Amino acid sequence: MAKATSKLATESIKLENHDPEKIKARLLAKYPPKVARKRAKQIVVNKVDRDGKVPVISSNVRTVPGLIGQRGCCYAGCKGVVLGPTRDIINITHGPIGCGYYSWLTRRNQTDPDKAANGQASDGHNFMTYCFSTDMQDEEIIFGGEKKLKQAIQEAYDNFKPKAIAVFSTCPVGLIGDDVHAVCREMKAKLGINVFGFSCEGYKGVSQSAGHHIANNGIFTHVVGLDDTITAGKYRINLLGEYNIGGDAFEIERLFERCGITLVSSYSGNSSIDAFANSHTADLNLIMCHRSINYVAEMMETKYGVPWIKVNFIGAAATAKSLRKIAQYFDEEELTAQVEAVIADELPAVTAACEEIRPRTVGKRAMLFVGGSRAHHYQELFGELGIKTLSAGYEFGHRDDYEGRRVLPDIKVDADSRNIEELEIQPDPERFHPRIDEAKRKTLEAEGLGFSDYEGMMPEMPDGSMVIDDLSQYETDELIRIFKPDLFCAGIKEKYAVQKHGIPLKQLHSYDYGGPYAGFKGAINFYKEIDRMVNSRVWEYMQAPWEASPELSATYAWE
Amino acid sequence: MRSVKQTAPYTATQNACNLCAPLGAALVFKGIANALPLLHGSQGCSTYIRRYMISHFKEPLDIACSNFGEDTAIFGGGANLKLALDNIRRQYHPELIGIATTCLSETIGDDVPMFIQAYKAAFQNACRDEQLPALVHVATPSYQGTHMEGFHGAVRALIQTLAGREAAEGPPAMNLFPGMVSPADLRHLKEIVIDFGLEATVVPDYSDTLNGPLWTEYQRIPEGGTPVNALRRAGAGVASLECGLLLAAEKETAGTWLATQFDVPLHRQGLPIGISQSDRLFDTLAAVSGKAIPQKYTDQRGRLLDALVDGHKHLSGVRVAIFGEEDLVAGLAAFCGELGIFPVLCATGGGRGRFADTVRKVMPDYCRDQMQILEDVDFVTIEKKLAEMDGEVDLLIGHSKGYTMSRRLGKPLIRVGFPVHDRVDGSRLLHLGYRGAQQLFDRIANTLIQVKQERNEIGYTYF
Repeated sequence: MAKATSKLATESIKLENHDPEKIKARLLAKYPPKVARKRAKQIVVNKVDRDGKVPVISSNVRTVPGLIGQRGCCYAGCKGVVLGPTRDIINITHGPIGCGYYSWLTRRNQTDPDKAANGQASDGHNFMTYCFSTDMQDEEIIFGGEKKLKQAIQEAYDNFKPKAIAVFSTCPVGLIGDDVHAVCREMKAKLGINVFGFSCEGYKGVSQSAGHHIANNGIFTHVVGLDDTITAGKYRINLLGEYNIGGDAFEIERLFERCGITLVSSYSGNSSIDAFANSHTADLNLIMCHRSINYVAEMMETKYGVPWIKVNFIGAAATAKSLRKIAQYFDEEELTAQVEAVIADELPAVTAACEEIRPRTVGKRAMLFVGGSRAHHYQELFGELGIKTLSAGYEFGHRDDYEGRRVLPDIKVDADSRNIEELEIQPDPERFHPRIDEAKRKTLEAEGLGFSDYEGMMPEMPDGSMVIDDLSQYETDELIRIFKPDLFCAGIKEKYAVQKHGIPLKQLHSYDYGGPYAGFKGAINFYKEIDRMVNSRVWEYMQAPWEASPELSATYAWE
Repeated sequence: MRSVKQTAPYTATQNACNLCAPLGAALVFKGIANALPLLHGSQGCSTYIRRYMISHFKEPLDIACSNFGEDTAIFGGGANLKLALDNIRRQYHPELIGIATTCLSETIGDDVPMFIQAYKAAFQNACRDEQLPALVHVATPSYQGTHMEGFHGAVRALIQTLAGREAAEGPPAMNLFPGMVSPADLRHLKEIVIDFGLEATVVPDYSDTLNGPLWTEYQRIPEGGTPVNALRRAGAGVASLECGLLLAAEKETAGTWLATQFDVPLHRQGLPIGISQSDRLFDTLAAVSGKAIPQKYTDQRGRLLDALVDGHKHLSGVRVAIFGEEDLVAGLAAFCGELGIFPVLCATGGGRGRFADTVRKVMPDYCRDQMQILEDVDFVTIEKKLAEMDGEVDLLIGHSKGYTMSRRLGKPLIRVGFPVHDRVDGSRLLHLGYRGAQQLFDRIANTLIQVKQERNEIGYTYF
């Protein structure tokens, strides 16, 4: 099957005779009034108007202390998510040991050090298996840590001779006033390599989302545009917001290669710093995870004239659709024909796999609480399997990720967001050139290719489904008790609590050490994985025979 | 503490062999019945520590947080802590909330004891019909020491805050401070103590909370753990036993507090890993209980020795490198000495400045002076040392973070301790007692045989 499942919005979903408003009341019952009022705005029953408008959901607001949530910190978003997957930058954590240790290759980003950017010779650098830290101690907290940071940078350079070193500040750094940027400038001049710092102290912003923004700003300021070489290859694109968890990027790259599309740079799965430096020469930016990377795309368009479109390579239909979007943009017969040929060649295997598995998954019910885009994207794959999404929400999304970018002008900037720098970008006097003219853009838009647009998750979800932002562990437990879904999707922190209830949890951060799930081959992997999880026999044994029928245990006792 | 002793010249840490203090404290609070750990600082700390510990235990592991924002970092975390405590009480009704600080709240100098005092006062004025959970605070700035300091600090804080001599129900209990061991170890220790007819207050006891069955009924906080009431009675204990060779030299521990405040006799020894330290454990328990060592354990000891005799040919002269928590490494090194294995290198990311002396003391003469003993080191330093000993190491014993090293060196890794996130049995690994020794011995011997077998061209199957 693998039929397009977008525009689910025409359907509505009955929460199995549960009144969603009552459920909401139950979730809020234990909170003090002020907290309940705040959370009430983050728990929304979906309703899609004819023009695609959805209810307002409060998001990107601070988590209430004491509500055990899923969110990480600014440092995690900056170092862990955005910069972590780049293999040839040495990332030094400036702070006590914990932060560096916990972000030490824990995100399962894969990389291929033998493959260099743009056909250049590979240097084989891969520092992702290392964890560099200044391991701050008492003295640095008291007397400052700049001296040790310099030494750490020098040492990393001496030992590895990397092309670039990045420094990430943790909480105490901002408080004791270390000027990491000055240190980086000094070491950059001294060593002659790119050295740059990020003020991504953990207390900034309300979630890892702040760190994504800071990382975007830093890469754009210090790296993008350093190499103007226009390398060989037709249909030159960047893929943004794809982090190569479980090899997703490898599968997408495979499809690009088959279609004859040239990937200049990825942000940042399987990426290298050279590719970032050159990425402004691409002709189109594709955005997967809108939340974590849209800033780079916006800035690149303003400064260099590279337009961006939203894509989704999660789900067979979505993959085909995204490939067609690229062909539509370049509008050349050769590419269109090749894209169609690839889809025609790849899709039958996916359809066959889906048809075989679907009878065992159809009608099951899922909940997805993850990320800033995965909770949306994975609804595609579940739709293909005939699995309904009862409820979904993001861990660190903003209103535009829920309701679509149309609400951007309405978003109130609160103090937490205001503290994250918004760079003032101007068109580059020499290098700005719009890749397509205004008339062409209008034509393509009329044909349905949305530029700089993301419609958000809610317009594609059925009426009546519950959308919950920044779900807490307490609320997770409540939802599970009420609905007993067949499958829950979140991360490792939620996994074992949910599974204790006899409900399988699919990790959509690390993929439970499986994957890839992107593209066509990924879709097949995912179908099989979900089949395995929801139909595992282990759940049948949860109740021992003597628990199932007490008279049996009486019999045993009698005997 | 390591922090004040940072050795010159400074080198940056690459691939650390220790974690941060709040993690150790959170683990301890997870071992108290109906308790919830709370980290006072940025939410990243609780998220990172949760996700990290869960990757080892593969169990629900909730840690609350006071969720500092930028303004909290400037104005202090008092209001956040109060709100966090309110919300935790309403959602979870815990009997105890364990509050550990982070580098953020410590750097800005939050006075957590004062916040707690104010909270208690306000609570008493407001809601009299409800019992206030016990609030236990431990200072765990991550720029001081390692997760082991956080662990022992939290155990001490629990005792110091709660222990008294409140009407002891039932038979008098002994206090058991086993150190940072696995849930399987804790279960085994409890079994041993029960077999001596003793009641024991094991602090912490995460044997059930972090290694429990599937739930047939919903549990807000997983069942199990040291009862808070038992902690309150710790001052009436018949004896305390504290495990860990390095811990045994610390002046301020849970055991020393009970000894000085309540005259509870304190027994100190290493982690009961291997023969002699297990013997000490059984001796102590026999003395405290006044009972002979149950036959079951003399049998276990007998079978262990029998296996050692049978397997000596595989182990004798084998050279190992051991790394991890200081007390665990010291215990394993002593056991290796008993087996005839030569621990050529012992390393820890902590050590408190006493690691080398402590390890040497428990080693037999034949290897005492030829060992490399490294403290306050990272994996890059360990690996460099091993590379210098080119080919002189047959086996690595340590946690999962040593895997990349084992892969590069082409030497097998026996996984022990914490973290073990690349095998499924992290919580079920048994290290302690004769049975733990038996399992360690079996795993070491089997690994060595497997290496021999794989290298052998003929493919012998009789070893």
